[in-house]
Amino acid sequence: MSIAHRPPHEPALDREHAHELLAQMLVIRHFEEKAAELYSGGKIRGFLHLYIGEEAVAVGAMAALAPEDAIVATYREHGQAIARGVPAASVMAEMYGKANGCSRGRGGSMHMFDAERRFYGGQGIVAGGLPLAVGLALADRMQARPRATVCFFGEGAVAEGEFHESMNLAALWKLPVLFLCENNLYAMGTALARSESETDIHLKAQNYRVQSEWVDGMDVLAVEAAVARAAASVRRGDGPYFLEARTFRYRAHSMADPELYRGKDEVTEWKKRDPIASFAARLQSEGLLTEAELEALDTEAWREVDWAVEEAERGEWEPVEHLERDVHTAP
Amino acid sequence: MSKITYREAIRAAMREAMRADPRVFLMGEDVGRYGGAFAVSLGLLDEFGPERIRDTPLSESGFLGAGIGAALGGMRPIVEIMTVNFSLLALDQLVNHAATLRHMSGGQFSVPMVVRMASGGGRGMAAQHSHSFEGWYAHVPGIKVLTPATVADAKGLLLAALEEPDPVVVLEHATLYPVEGDDTPDAPMEIGLAAVRRPGARVSLVTYGGSLPKTLKAADELAKEGVDAEVVDLRTLRPLDMDTVVGSIAKTHRAVVVDEMWKTGSFAGEVMARIMELAFDELDAPVVRVCSREVPMPYAKHLEEAALPQVGQIVAAAKGLL
Repeated sequence: MSIAHRPPHEPALDREHAHELLAQMLVIRHFEEKAAELYSGGKIRGFLHLYIGEEAVAVGAMAALAPEDAIVATYREHGQAIARGVPAASVMAEMYGKANGCSRGRGGSMHMFDAERRFYGGQGIVAGGLPLAVGLALADRMQARPRATVCFFGEGAVAEGEFHESMNLAALWKLPVLFLCENNLYAMGTALARSESETDIHLKAQNYRVQSEWVDGMDVLAVEAAVARAAASVRRGDGPYFLEARTFRYRAHSMADPELYRGKDEVTEWKKRDPIASFAARLQSEGLLTEAELEALDTEAWREVDWAVEEAERGEWEPVEHLERDVHTAP
Repeated sequence: MSKITYREAIRAAMREAMRADPRVFLMGEDVGRYGGAFAVSLGLLDEFGPERIRDTPLSESGFLGAGIGAALGGMRPIVEIMTVNFSLLALDQLVNHAATLRHMSGGQFSVPMVVRMASGGGRGMAAQHSHSFEGWYAHVPGIKVLTPATVADAKGLLLAALEEPDPVVVLEHATLYPVEGDDTPDAPMEIGLAAVRRPGARVSLVTYGGSLPKTLKAADELAKEGVDAEVVDLRTLRPLDMDTVVGSIAKTHRAVVVDEMWKTGSFAGEVMARIMELAFDELDAPVVRVCSREVPMPYAKHLEEAALPQVGQIVAAAKGLL
């Protein structure tokens, strides 16, 4: 369920658009809740990293981007993929490992790809996607295409050398890339303050002369506006941009994580700022959403998730004879 | 035809490819103004300008990864890593990203990128600038590995690499750069074919890359002693042409495998294992190998020579099989 691209000069908040944003966040929330259940039931294997709590970042960002822009995503990317318009069924089927999954069962939860939507993965190596994004932007520059490459990564990535190499290259070559850092405060179990000497991480980008700012990642409209502004700057040729979205994941790092490193109180505090509940409340207070409409959106979101599960269940297994396909391009 | 060197042959391939296809560009450390650490790209900046002969900071992972991204974005990058030793700083991008993207995306994305790097010992560069890791790269499905050993191959295989839809690693043994030859091809060669560089009947000497000149010398020595050795040059390590190797052993029934990797885990070990799988019944003697000694490369000339495969060892190994 892709949301139509809106030019940045348009006012962000009208009823229809607001409902679309809310609907998409609800789909992602319920999709992830269902995924957790299916993982426990043995339908999904491997790692499963849930996006619950962070929905406003992907939904706000994708709403501000154009179809010709490119996305490089992380391994916590179900929400990023769905917000970009990759059908939920295709994402779910991928987690089932089915041939109708968006990577034909080769990638799983961490490696969603979609060429048609310029969605360049689902990258499982922290910070590994940043150089790729730099290169995609370089290709655009060399071919004189005025579009943006948006690279998602977590705050854990800023400790990696590839982050620093990429900042420098992008700034040095003035490339049209938007670095979108989802700062959820924990790199697996390591709190930001336990791993970084400078915890105000958007300042790191400034050191490379990359324009940077932070935005409230729990506020979908703030994210949309910031990404629209940043992407416009990037497309104009003003060089790279760094946006830090301050957010929080409610669930453990992955399904294998017993969460020994943080207290329940912290999670409870962040849930008070839930991106879905707070956005719905705001719309209701502004007269843009009724209780009945909210219920209908929620029901519709569940229907989409149920459809995704049905499609995944219905999907075929890739024949084992195809195992070695697509290692190299077939001659 | 006038003679050209191995390094000029590589330069000629890059120049021709860049003239023919605007998507092709070169990037790496000091490839532009400096002309390349091994002078391979000397003069290309004047013809193609700084956008296409792109100097990079010392960020191997960053610019190799940018090569992957540029390839995804429709370009045909040639990434020069100064030496194979520095490629260790870019292993994540090469192994975790370039090699996996096609398969991991269910065939949706290809990475048509060529990564060139100098490799090997023999020049007094000591323990951090003399490695042979081609077997590591050949271990990885998703990348092709070329080890041109002749001037003609330096050009013809690179032209072929630039037509590949997937990542290709080209290892250029640094002792080969000044070698002269006089017949370079105008068209890309086929990837995945070994070549018999010297026909013979009594023993097969199987090698590649920087060890080919030594192995040919060993065959000359053996000939003086009345031993007719056949020399097989693998040319590409992945895909590996075992048909040519097995065809040679079907004639000679004996084989010595020569490479410059450390013996433990050397690519020679892989070739030996395949000979065992495919041609055990042809063998009249155990297959043996001549590899580097198990020591970080020493600086002093006599020590380095003792650490690397030498002509005398190849001759002795071959004679030991007769």
